[in-house]
Amino acid sequence: MTHQYMEVNNKKVEITGNEKNILEVVRNMGIEIPTFCYHSELSVYGACRMCMVEDERGNLVASCSLKPQAGMKIKTHTKKIMDTRRMILELLLANHHQDCTTCEKSGNCKLQELAVNMGVKKVRFKPRKPWQDIDTSSASIVRDPNKCILCGDCVRMCSEVQGVGVLGFINRGPNINVVPAFDKPIADVDCVNCGQCVSICPTGALTIKDDTLKVWEALSDPKKKVVVQIAPAVRVAIGEEFNHTEGSNYLYKSVAALKMMGADYVFDTSFSADLTVVEEATEFLNRVVKGEKLPQFTSCCPGWVTYAEKNCPDLLSNLSSCKSPQQMFGAVFKKFFAKKMNIPTEDMYVVSVMPCTAKKFEAERPEMSTDSYQDVDAVITTVELARMIRKMGIKFEELEPASLDMPFGFSSGAGVIFGTSGGVAEAALRYAVEKLSGETLNEVNFREVRGLEGLKEATFNIHGKDIKLAVVSGLANTQQLIEKIRKKEVSYDFVEVMACPGGCIGGGGQPVPNTSETRVLRSKGLYDIDAKSTVKKAQNNPTIEKLYDEWLKTPNSDEAHYALHTHYGHKKRIGGMEIKDEAKENANEKIVISVCVGTNCYLKGSYDVLQELIGLAREHGIEDKVEFKGTFCLENCSNGPSIKVSDDLHKYGVQKEETQKFFNNVVLPRVK
Amino acid sequence: MSKIFEELTREAVNTPKIPCREFINAKLGLTELNEEKSKLAEELSTVYRRESGVFDCQIALCKGTGCHSSGEVALCQKIDEVLKEKGLRDKVNIVETGCRGFCEMGPLVEIFPQHIFYCKVKPENIEDIITKTVMNGQVIEELLFDGIPIAEQIPFYKKQVRRVLKESGHINPENINDSIVHEAYQGFLKATKMTPEDVIAVMKDSGLRGRGGGGFSTGLKWEFTRATPSAKKYIICNADEGDPGAFMDRSLLEGDPHKIIEGMMIAGYAIGADEGYIYVRAEYPLAIHRLEIAIAQCKEFGILGENVLGTGFNFNVKIKQGAGAFVCGEETALISSIEGKRGMPTVKPPFPSTSGLFGKPTSINNVETFANVPLILNKGVAWFRQVGTPKSAGTKVFAMTGKIRNTGLVEVPMGITLREIVFEIGGGLKDGAKFKAAQIGGPSGGCLTEEHLDMPLDYDSLQAAGAMVGSGGLVILDEKTCMVETARYFMSFTQNESCGKCIPCREGTGRMLEIMERIVIGKGKMEDISLLEELAHTIKDASLCGLGKTAPNPVLSTLKYFHEEDLAHINDQRCPAGECASLRIFEIVPELCKGCSKCARVCPNNAITGEIKKPYVIDQEKCIKCGACESACPFNAIKVG
Repeated sequence: MTHQYMEVNNKKVEITGNEKNILEVVRNMGIEIPTFCYHSELSVYGACRMCMVEDERGNLVASCSLKPQAGMKIKTHTKKIMDTRRMILELLLANHHQDCTTCEKSGNCKLQELAVNMGVKKVRFKPRKPWQDIDTSSASIVRDPNKCILCGDCVRMCSEVQGVGVLGFINRGPNINVVPAFDKPIADVDCVNCGQCVSICPTGALTIKDDTLKVWEALSDPKKKVVVQIAPAVRVAIGEEFNHTEGSNYLYKSVAALKMMGADYVFDTSFSADLTVVEEATEFLNRVVKGEKLPQFTSCCPGWVTYAEKNCPDLLSNLSSCKSPQQMFGAVFKKFFAKKMNIPTEDMYVVSVMPCTAKKFEAERPEMSTDSYQDVDAVITTVELARMIRKMGIKFEELEPASLDMPFGFSSGAGVIFGTSGGVAEAALRYAVEKLSGETLNEVNFREVRGLEGLKEATFNIHGKDIKLAVVSGLANTQQLIEKIRKKEVSYDFVEVMACPGGCIGGGGQPVPNTSETRVLRSKGLYDIDAKSTVKKAQNNPTIEKLYDEWLKTPNSDEAHYALHTHYGHKKRIGGMEIKDEAKENANEKIVISVCVGTNCYLKGSYDVLQELIGLAREHGIEDKVEFKGTFCLENCSNGPSIKVSDDLHKYGVQKEETQKFFNNVVLPRVK
Repeated sequence: MSKIFEELTREAVNTPKIPCREFINAKLGLTELNEEKSKLAEELSTVYRRESGVFDCQIALCKGTGCHSSGEVALCQKIDEVLKEKGLRDKVNIVETGCRGFCEMGPLVEIFPQHIFYCKVKPENIEDIITKTVMNGQVIEELLFDGIPIAEQIPFYKKQVRRVLKESGHINPENINDSIVHEAYQGFLKATKMTPEDVIAVMKDSGLRGRGGGGFSTGLKWEFTRATPSAKKYIICNADEGDPGAFMDRSLLEGDPHKIIEGMMIAGYAIGADEGYIYVRAEYPLAIHRLEIAIAQCKEFGILGENVLGTGFNFNVKIKQGAGAFVCGEETALISSIEGKRGMPTVKPPFPSTSGLFGKPTSINNVETFANVPLILNKGVAWFRQVGTPKSAGTKVFAMTGKIRNTGLVEVPMGITLREIVFEIGGGLKDGAKFKAAQIGGPSGGCLTEEHLDMPLDYDSLQAAGAMVGSGGLVILDEKTCMVETARYFMSFTQNESCGKCIPCREGTGRMLEIMERIVIGKGKMEDISLLEELAHTIKDASLCGLGKTAPNPVLSTLKYFHEEDLAHINDQRCPAGECASLRIFEIVPELCKGCSKCARVCPNNAITGEIKKPYVIDQEKCIKCGACESACPFNAIKVG
């Protein structure tokens, strides 16, 4: 094949034809073109206009959406381009809440960085956007619309990668805004707290809810015993915050830093991951024997659990009842370790360091408590830990590593690889295969489930039985998989789900950039630790054995169920919202008939049903006795159009053609 | 003539009420008539066209936007009443047509068979019209325009070349038979006898360029769409007309919907699409109503659906109502809107011809473009090129508004001069005012000044002058119009209509508006001019879609041609046209003032003082520029500067 070339800044560049766009060609040459709205993992949006390059005719073209072609000649930094970029930045800054010195994102803010790099010295326009309230409703995410530059990255991340789609644009032109569904607070919509929007936000418009103050307070309280657990994925990412290479293990430096801050005990969440393996795999083997509730879905990812509770009520019984490693650890500390060490529960303060924003939400769930004490008191993310280290003035690079405390500082390699997609499945396999076959497992590496693809599938023949596994990460991928499972196009025995692409290493609480390239390195870092570990199977962790001996007796015992397992419930996606209808007033003694006009029911004709019912009520002269309401989702989508009479949900819905019948059989008798 | 007609109708009947099915079928190529019959049919159709059926008389009322709003509905009711009263209802046919274009003079009524054309008809004239004109053939002088009884002889129509508008205003747009005898679907039938490639070749030869503003070759657009392999392709008719003051597309859809459907069918045949969407604003209820009727009638006649007219070609048309966002006229935003997404433009490439509606190759053309297509196929390239210029062939419809005498819809050959349009067709400016500028192309366009009066209006010369043909809005401005204020108005329009997606347009137009708002109240500074230019260039160069790229044009055009007006606002806090309210200076001319004190009494701020019978004085500090004194003064002694 002949070689093809294009010209960039008068320099000949070979193109392969596989480049996505000019931007990629130029960046490959080592020239950085600034962008706000371009991300290789999202669709091309083309709104920020920062990536403009100049073509031969002197026109500016967006390099993110243009495919390179042989013979093309472009320039990347002409005066026209530089002037344009500077003006765009100036325009953005004018409407941006410029509280840079106190902003969470300062130092990590794309807008700030580019404004400095492009030499924006003065903003000639006055701010003109009215002040908007900051949304602090969520346990995980803070949304400050005053800093939003409307690049739409979060919108596309939430819908394209996560399939959740709670963020969207409202209004037009100068009044355009990015808001959660129905312009409600984030906590009232079906956000799963994964934090991917935060990691892609170029400014301080979406930030992680800061819980470091809570931790500082506990650290400085002499009465409190502060127990810290560090999740597997943190150790291979925190170095990035201090300009160290991605993927190297900084666990022991982190331990040293936490000790310097005054933590009493620092343990490893990989330990409770080992515990999870034993509990979850045992539960799985029981299900396999009984042949029920399969496939078993993992439950260690709180983003996925929330997603399932809101979107997959039909699958909730398939979720493993195991708490996540974070919560298992919390329970071990408060229910077992506190007693053992003679620490009053109220004086024990459990802090987790997590790669994840959803863990903050998980720790606050009412199910995750014992005797009115939450199992975990504070959750900080990798980024927040780094911030604490900087706040204390610790020179991370010069820090002498320190070892974890015992007994919960010891974990198997299986517990460590929990932090990457496929790790939970592999850890469970290391346990299940041994138990099923009754023989010692020597080859512990299940490479089939490794890698950062969105969906991995494998079948293992264990002792004459085929066990089919799926490993999925990213909720959009999960959504597709679930649809296939529901349609019975595929079937599995075990499904590992991680909400974030690549698993916890790509969590919303990890340092940015959180791209596929960094995720590869972080994942490799975890497998390297596993490879070097002396104990590779959870069941061989001596502390685990001891814990069962001293407290839990056997896996899935009543004690284990009480402390380490939980339950799930179908949750509403959108907080209640009702539209009143014309036939209303004096609701006192009226029978309230609510007809769902949510998307699903509406498409099935619920609006017509509502109209017909109102008409029938008029015909029968009972309009003063019945109040009709159009409501949003009644969470009975599959049987829609859904109707509630007073507070009873008419379970099978009312089809258009059944309206008359429903009116005669249900509504009329009630009125009389 | 009516004798011949009667003779013929003994053999066959062909009226709007009882169409000759055989004749219609023959017209649509479904059956063949023998020589004798086809001759008869042709005669019939001529007679039908001329005489409009077996009715003794027909009264055609223009139901275009202008006439409709100036009282057409009441007229129609009144005619019906009077005819019934006189027992003539069965003999006189009432037709509500599409726009006749001569909106300034509406409501327009034309009486057949005499072709008498009445202007500004009021309900009280109806009795006369029926007793005198309909019953006795007398002409009512006072209802004529300048005493001219026949429409085509009025200067407004004389210079026009009405091709796409030919039938509009003459046929009943709610009756497909009427359209068919007026040659509807003949172009399509001819096209289906050719290969799709040949149809595209004809379109390319014709030199037809997009009438929606861009001026891109229609044939080329089709060729690109045809070249993209795909089992499913779409045709979209862009009827999201949004420029202030523009009503070309609306009038066409209301007046002759079949021409548009036929144009879409030919496009569908040429590119290999079997489905078309008409994206029309919900604010055009009559256009939608008539399109719905037309589509239903087409289905009934086998013109839409499977195996259209036995040609083996399948085609369906759907109407999609737009919610009125200006940006949805931009093709990618329009596609998003049809798909049910936010009406926001997307990046190009990919162009709709490769990945358009639902990701399929799509050709989007404007209403007027589609209206030209059947004519080209039916009458040939040579005919089409008879008017216009080599690079801008054919005609263009303009909606002429502003300070012009004959406001209305005109169709003129490309290459006509602005002078001909304004002074011959338009009848000059209102009240004999002096021509100052013509704003062409709406919010994306620019201004043409006196120096451009003799420039030929075509795509390329307009572009060279910093304006554009645009969709066809033509606003005539006189010397009392402030160009700075006009530019500010257009800026506020584009700012409001910006979709908010890309930064230069969303933020930049707002800032330009801010500056313009400063200048019109006399608070502008000299550095504002350079800031305006800087912003304008960023927006032009960097915006995502065509609307953003052209949004600064009105301001740039003003800066170029009327810079002294900007300077007057900035340096002297003065509006030379006297339009900017906050810059007006009211002064009493002592020579004219008789000292009657009327002005002092109406002044709400007690800014005027003086002694009776001596000239009064306005205290400029106190004056709030409300203009009350000006209207109160019986001696025209108040000077506004």
